[in-house]
Amino acid sequence: MNISINGQKDSVNQESITVQELLKTKDVPDPDMVSVQLNGSILDRASFSTQQVKEGDEFEFLYFMGGGQ
Amino acid sequence: MIQISQQILDEIRTQALKEIPNEACGYLAGTIQGQLRRAVKRLPLTNVDASPEHFSFSPQEQFSAVKQAREEGLELISVYHSHPVTPARMSQEDIRLANDTSTIYLIYAVEHNDLKGFTIDREKKVSTHPVEVLNASE
Repeated sequence: MNISINGQKDSVNQESITVQELLKTKDVPDPDMVSVQLNGSILDRASFSTQQVKEGDEFEFLYFMGGGQ
Repeated sequence: MIQISQQILDEIRTQALKEIPNEACGYLAGTIQGQLRRAVKRLPLTNVDASPEHFSFSPQEQFSAVKQAREEGLELISVYHSHPVTPARMSQEDIRLANDTSTIYLIYAVEHNDLKGFTIDREKKVSTHPVEVLNASE
């Protein structure tokens, strides 16, 4: 299945895979701190485990950014 | 090494002063050639915490910044934020919330008029990262 991640063409071998599994498959460190945009819309974290990846999906993964003095 | 222009440094300072007493934050977009990162533009983001002691990016603005940078053929090379009072060093909170080992964290200390760069690894070990400020002619 062909997808894109952070503007780069990518693929997954599984026919059925959730976003949560995709993060794990792509070895994204600290996935709990990652925000996901799917086809231009921010994905609610609660749906990571149910949202299925589809052919042609465009993902953006970004780390939560914060801090304090 | 990360190179930033005096103009971008001035912009960070102006933003930090404008947002006093709160922390200011944003991305720097630019180019990466080997170990050298060169900032081309500043992408200010909203500190959604609106706090003198904390900052958080708005995810929506983060994704917009990525898109903007990519459309201009640039990469997000650094994350910056200000410390209105304390020195330019990674605080415990900064370290706790620093999850991106691929970026350079820039901290601008307003009272000290000081900018320093840092990287962090998966074990949360912080290293200083050299910052070079370029004059307009460079």
